[in-house]
Amino acid sequence: MSESVNPEIQIESSDDDGVSRRQFVKVAVGGMCLAYLGAVGYPIYRYLESPVEKSETLAAIKNVDLNDAQKLPVGSVMMFKFGPYPALLIHHDNGDWSAFNAVCTHLGCTVQYHKDQDKIMCACHGGQYDPRTGQNIAGPPPKPLEKFAVKVNAASLTVSRA
Amino acid sequence: MSKIVDFMEERLPLTELAAFAKKKTVPLHRYAFWYYWGGISLLCFIVQVFTGILLLVYFKPGPDAYDSVRQITYDIHFGWLIRSAHAWSATLFLLSAFIHMFSVYFMKGYRKPRELGWWSGITLLLLGLLFGFSGYLLPMDELSFFATRVGLAIPDAIPVVGHAISNILRGGLEVSEITVQRFFALHVVVLPLLYLPIIGFHLYLVQLHGNALPPSEEEKPAIDRKSIAFFPNFVIKDLGMWLITLNVIALLASLFPQQLGKVADPLASAPAGIHPEWYFMSQFSTLKIVGKLIPGGLGEAAGITLFIVGLLLWILIPFYDVKKKGGLIAKRATYFGIFVVVVMLVTTILGYTAI
Repeated sequence: MSESVNPEIQIESSDDDGVSRRQFVKVAVGGMCLAYLGAVGYPIYRYLESPVEKSETLAAIKNVDLNDAQKLPVGSVMMFKFGPYPALLIHHDNGDWSAFNAVCTHLGCTVQYHKDQDKIMCACHGGQYDPRTGQNIAGPPPKPLEKFAVKVNAASLTVSRA
Repeated sequence: MSKIVDFMEERLPLTELAAFAKKKTVPLHRYAFWYYWGGISLLCFIVQVFTGILLLVYFKPGPDAYDSVRQITYDIHFGWLIRSAHAWSATLFLLSAFIHMFSVYFMKGYRKPRELGWWSGITLLLLGLLFGFSGYLLPMDELSFFATRVGLAIPDAIPVVGHAISNILRGGLEVSEITVQRFFALHVVVLPLLYLPIIGFHLYLVQLHGNALPPSEEEKPAIDRKSIAFFPNFVIKDLGMWLITLNVIALLASLFPQQLGKVADPLASAPAGIHPEWYFMSQFSTLKIVGKLIPGGLGEAAGITLFIVGLLLWILIPFYDVKKKGGLIAKRATYFGIFVVVVMLVTTILGYTAI
């Protein structure tokens, strides 16, 4: 502690270096308000977000077994659920299989396979996709459809994330 | 920022409101503590609105009611906390509304010009009891099922129209998922629609007439009466009370979470020791006592008549105890109030000891 000769200077310097009572109260009250908001807000957020978590767990699945789907006739199509999403299974005329996430990459409508034009189309805004690769070929979609790998088994068909 | 303030000031009476808030004072005296209870019940109501909306996100009225409440309580993150906060805040809401009403009564706050405040307040409390009754059924567990059955048997005792009233409320001859559906509509739509304008009116009257002074203060010459500024002094104290209340709700909800009983089974017998929530205990045990004195349907009718007469006297008290220097009449009104409090407490305690 240095001895101060002039008391006035000492008062001024403590005001400069330290925190004034008003500032302290401001920060303390503000901090408590924030802590309180957090304590109330966090449970509410988790409460509302509960089903999202379940849906995400569902979406994280790697593959789906479709019983008897290997019997799907040539040239026909079938809808199934891949986790929470609608998905599309096509058995092409030449015997090839392809499967896609059926959610349009434009604004989330569910797409449809049109056999007569051999295209996957979205009725909402006219988006078109290639039915073998899932590539976006016309209309507004910005990205190809997510393509799944298809494996034919004896009694079922396994669709898995590529 | 100042531009927004200017915009608003030109279009809204902000200056007048600020002047009003600046001028407004709240009396300060030995009974001033009782002024906070209306505000506490208001906070509890606000908590009810928020937690109620959150419960609406997952609650399913009708046949899925029990299972949806089970999910809220055991599956959804913090669902137990929100449900418990709703239940505890309901209790504190009615408790503080009762305390508020009795403190107004004993401070003679119903006298001219505050009669409308008295009547709107009683209406709010009665609606609050209906909120409690209708909400209690919604989880559709054993307890809520039987409590509603018993509760709806009471209007049944009213001559001529009683059956029709309870059948309409029940939606049939027995409590079922149809009852849950209509109690749900009552609880989340009809009652709030009625409640909100009345609470607005009630609060407007408080601003219009200011806080009532108890007779002991009114006797003092104006110069001896103390008061504090409404803004910011009283508002800060009021907010402090709100903070305490919020913490009490949070503590009660965390330490004593609301349980969910077995699913309601219309074929099961009533569980032993079944009793209503505390706010109906006094009426419940009075009916029991009157029923013992006068057996049969007559006893029930006598009990209900007793409640209606008591409530009417309570409502009409501003017409009886009119004068500022009321003398004997004012004393009688006070004795009547003490009598009502004692009867309610004693019958409630008797009700709990009889379980």
